[in-house]
Amino acid sequence: MKRYTLEAEGLEKSFGGVRAVQGVSFGLLPGEMLALIGPNGAGKSTCFNLLNGHLKPDQGRVKLLGHDITGLAPRKVWRRGVGRTFQITATFGSMTVRENVQLALMSHRHELARLWTPAWRLRGGQADTLLERVGLADQVARPCSVLAYGDLKRVELAIALANNPRLLLMDEPTAGMAPQERVGLMALVAEIARERGMSVLFTEHDMDVVFGHADRVLVLDRGRLIAEGNAEEVRNNPLVQEVYLGSGFEEAVAAC
Amino acid sequence: MENLLLQALNGLASASSLFLVASGLTVIFGVTRIVNFAHGSLYMLGAYLAFSIVTHLPRGHAGFWGGVLLAALAVGAIGALLELVLLRRIYRAPELFQLLATFGVVLVVQDLALLSWGAQDLLGPRAPGLRGSVELLGLRFPLYELVLIGIGPLVLGLLLLLFKCTRWGTLVRAATQDREMVGALGVNQRWLFTSVFFLGSLLAGLGGALQLPRESVNLHMDLAIITETFVVVVVGGLGSLPGAALAALLIGELHAFGILIFPKITLVLVFLVMAVVLVIRPRGLFGKAQVAQAAVASVAEPVLMRAPKQLKWLGLAALLGAAVAPAYLAGDYALIVLTDMAIAVLFAASLHFIMGPGGMASFGHAAYFGIGAYGAALLAKWFAAPMVPALLAAPLCAGLAGALFGFFCVRLSGVYSAMLTLAFAQIAWSIAFQWVELTGGDNGILGVWPDAWATKLHYYWLTLGLSAAGTLLLRRMAMSPFGYALRAQRDNALRAEAIGIGGFEFRWVAFVLAAAFAGVAGGLFAFAKGSVFPTALDIPRSVDALLMVLLGGVQTLAGPILGALAFTGLHEQLVRATDYWRLVLGGVILLLVLAFPQGLAGAVRQWWESKGRA
Amino acid sequence: MVGIGFGRRSVLGGVAALAAPKVGRAQAEALKIGEINSYTAQPAFLQPYRQAWTLAVEQVNAAGGIHGRPLQTVHRDDAGKPEDAVRHAGELINSEKVVLLAGGFLSNVGLALGDFALQNKRLFVASEPLTDAIVWSKGNRYTFRLRASTYMQCAMLVEEAAKLPAKKWALVAPNYEYGQSAVRWFKELLKAAKPDVEFVAEQFPALGRIDAGATVQALAASSPEAIFNVTFGADLTNFVRQGATRGLFERRAVVSLLTGEPEYLDPLGDEAPEGWIVTGYPWDQINTPAHTLFRDAYRRRFNDYPRLGSVVGYDTVQAIAALLRKANTTETEKLVDAMKGLNFGSVFGDVSFRAQDHQSTMGAFVGKTVLRNGRGTMVDWRYADGAKYLPSDAVVQTLRPAG
Repeated sequence: MKRYTLEAEGLEKSFGGVRAVQGVSFGLLPGEMLALIGPNGAGKSTCFNLLNGHLKPDQGRVKLLGHDITGLAPRKVWRRGVGRTFQITATFGSMTVRENVQLALMSHRHELARLWTPAWRLRGGQADTLLERVGLADQVARPCSVLAYGDLKRVELAIALANNPRLLLMDEPTAGMAPQERVGLMALVAEIARERGMSVLFTEHDMDVVFGHADRVLVLDRGRLIAEGNAEEVRNNPLVQEVYLGSGFEEAVAAC
Repeated sequence: MENLLLQALNGLASASSLFLVASGLTVIFGVTRIVNFAHGSLYMLGAYLAFSIVTHLPRGHAGFWGGVLLAALAVGAIGALLELVLLRRIYRAPELFQLLATFGVVLVVQDLALLSWGAQDLLGPRAPGLRGSVELLGLRFPLYELVLIGIGPLVLGLLLLLFKCTRWGTLVRAATQDREMVGALGVNQRWLFTSVFFLGSLLAGLGGALQLPRESVNLHMDLAIITETFVVVVVGGLGSLPGAALAALLIGELHAFGILIFPKITLVLVFLVMAVVLVIRPRGLFGKAQVAQAAVASVAEPVLMRAPKQLKWLGLAALLGAAVAPAYLAGDYALIVLTDMAIAVLFAASLHFIMGPGGMASFGHAAYFGIGAYGAALLAKWFAAPMVPALLAAPLCAGLAGALFGFFCVRLSGVYSAMLTLAFAQIAWSIAFQWVELTGGDNGILGVWPDAWATKLHYYWLTLGLSAAGTLLLRRMAMSPFGYALRAQRDNALRAEAIGIGGFEFRWVAFVLAAAFAGVAGGLFAFAKGSVFPTALDIPRSVDALLMVLLGGVQTLAGPILGALAFTGLHEQLVRATDYWRLVLGGVILLLVLAFPQGLAGAVRQWWESKGRA
Repeated sequence: MVGIGFGRRSVLGGVAALAAPKVGRAQAEALKIGEINSYTAQPAFLQPYRQAWTLAVEQVNAAGGIHGRPLQTVHRDDAGKPEDAVRHAGELINSEKVVLLAGGFLSNVGLALGDFALQNKRLFVASEPLTDAIVWSKGNRYTFRLRASTYMQCAMLVEEAAKLPAKKWALVAPNYEYGQSAVRWFKELLKAAKPDVEFVAEQFPALGRIDAGATVQALAASSPEAIFNVTFGADLTNFVRQGATRGLFERRAVVSLLTGEPEYLDPLGDEAPEGWIVTGYPWDQINTPAHTLFRDAYRRRFNDYPRLGSVVGYDTVQAIAALLRKANTTETEKLVDAMKGLNFGSVFGDVSFRAQDHQSTMGAFVGKTVLRNGRGTMVDWRYADGAKYLPSDAVVQTLRPAG
């Protein structure tokens, strides 16, 4: 039996009669980069939110390192070692880049109930190390509100790494970025994942990114998993081709 | 039975007049997000203008109804003018800042009305042909009230029609739902806002003008109506016309029947209703979640900086200066004013803690100030406690109240949360006001003077010391990991949750802390004044705190300090200098608002930063 | 109306200008009085009050002042907040060096100032606050009150109410201390005078925010034979309009506190109720020499007729002037001693401050309302001397803390 980092077992979720996710099961191995793709409305976001705790499945289980985390609040899921980034970058605008990461580090170390110690005394060095790793060493003192979009994505990555996650959930990590930036960011993620033995699950529209960086791809359509495999297998799967027909898939495939 | 049915009609009549005013407020808020304190003033102006116009027009239907409409139109024009010359300039200011401007308008209008129409209540003419009453079920019911019962639904119908069937109405609805979208659609947002202000003010003016046959026109109308109007709007759900109608109906009827069972419930009923509704339905009866509010914050709050060295030295110098000032200022009066200022600083700083870093506005922060004051005073009075233990009781009582009320308030967001704090504050106020055996009612608790060892100077030093310590402690906590977590949940709740920071716990603890510090200020206040009255926790005091924070600037930790000093100083000087201090104070506030939309401290900071860059 | 408001212009800057022509000895140092009132909160009552105050000060100074020293007043606005009143009191005493404090309209402001006076050992002459507590339960050595109290005015009305055949009474009063005390005294005193009365309904609308229709209906539903009303100002207007249209006052006696005062009766215009038994001030019909002099002087000075507030303001100055003449000192303790039992000629006749409880014996006019020439006034009125409507000395002893 394989030792999965994350396991989804028969996830089901309906909204007012619409079955957004139906019987989705899969496993994610340590250090693996897994992409979750599918056309618009396929249930990617719902599926993602079932995993990160924002939604509770009607049926099914989510297991992290063998422990059941189904229905846990996002902040508790995070405490179990799951980092995440958002489709629209989410950072704290009233803080500097360093403070953003410091805060995540302090949260990880359960230091947020401290009322007396000034925050700047805590975890500054660790934050800088993380920021250096994501390539933002020269930006640490700038407010997040003035950063370029691509840099914000990197801040998010650094924040997400603060709790030494075993699993990183990335919702559309390259949305809104210029093509060259996308490759750079995903290469960085893959590198870090390898270093740390961290698993990554990401949803993505950009097929370059998917086929360039995913070890394995899951294809979702109308709430169901219709295909699974490496880039080659998925690309050649007739069901997938049918689903993506006319939505740019072939061009995307051709480009690879 | 007949009596009950007629009482139901009475409820309808009050509901109808309440709805007219509330409809205007909810339309304005829905589109512009402005908490318009001046709405009551517009209502009062409607009544006064209607009085002047109707009494100058020939008697008869045309004269009366024409006069009412003219007055409503005139008030609409005044509202549009306010938007054009004042509010338009400060839409980009931090949230709630416009409230400060509208409060300036309230002050100015109060004195202008006094100057224009005199102090005596004016009794307007009755509506022609509607002087008498009709017999219903053997009882008499005024004809005019019947008409009024009809006008409310009529106006509601017309408004709904306007919003459904015109392009303008569609835009208003779209803007109420999602303000960004209107901008994106390329709509001229400016004219939309001006026209919405015109309509909302017109409705306020109409509401006021239609009171002419019911009640006297007087200088208290503005404040008498404004709170209840806000309650109706919030209970109904911000921006929802049907919601406002239902809420007005609910409150009108509950009031009409409530007084049959509990005649003394008049003071607190509307706030009880609001508290219950908001606890059960956090967005009022018909309120909807705002689109695209959580994900992208519109204006990013600036980074909190560690105080530059110069500022630290300046602060220390100011504190030392304040400590030795009495030696150089003549007389005890300087001590009294300085003591008042020190108390105001701590009070404002405590409110700022939840408003700034916490991101929760409170319209009822006086509750904790007052509960602190009462806690200390009651201990001194009933248990003859010396001053020090009584002062220790103040933050304890206030903190406990903060824990109880805050538990409910911090679950809500935005204006809903602020209005729930107001509801609880008013409930606390009415307890202080009506539990005569314990609190002495509105006659208050007297004889709460400092212990014999504390001369006025000692007491000032004690106040200054506690105020400075409290303010610095609040500052320290804002800079602590806790403070960062608090700001994190304000900046981006989703992101905060995703790094293990739950909003509720942090907001709740912050609320309790703010309440406790306000309680310290209240306890100090009790012994400084020697007496405590329900005014210690009434709405004007909550508003004062809000004004101090906004005036100083919500985005800097020095803001509440500067704001409190400026506000109390201005007020103290002006009250002594002129009988028309409201006019001048209101005018000064308006000027400051226009000149420093970031608040006083915000302006200083901007200047400092630009100097640093140069 | 506007012009009247500007009567206060002369005192812009807070300090009453000495408009009176300087008489020979008036160069002497002025005697300063600190006066605190809720000017912006209660302008309808306090504008006439302030005008008459100014008039009285001018007259005193024109007549040579007090032992050659002119009177001077420093006015302050407390905006209806007791804590502001206390702050002003501190300023007046410490910075302005006033000889004594005076003023107060709202009961809580009066009480706060009274307590301040006790703490700082200064004399406070409360002009208007009606609360009984200011001379009784919270009375103190340094506080004196001019106007006839809630208790006294209730007692005056109960005397009339007891003569009515009505047994079932309904009561309506604003929901604060004044309203509640008035209701309490009225019930207690009427029950004592006429044990078979019963009280079938009570309504306590919020001050300034009466829901008049519902309140009238609630009262009518109890089918009372008579009504006791304590509402005033805007509440009264709304109550009268709704009550009249709904026939609440038909075939029912109404006994009403303060309604005969021009401040509250005049705004009602030709809708003023008729036949109500009220306390008030029929300014146009009182032709005693003292009152005629006052009325004429007031009209000459302000081109307006006096309200009750004018009488209160004028008489407060008269009382203070009499005190300062009698005591011939500015020492508080001696002033307080002189104030006890002080006699002075008020607009309503001779009045004295009782040594026992510091209440003045100033009375009120009791009569019936009537419409004349399209406005309300009083008929069948009499002056009820305050001295006759106070509890016995033995009772007062128990009401007031020792000392």
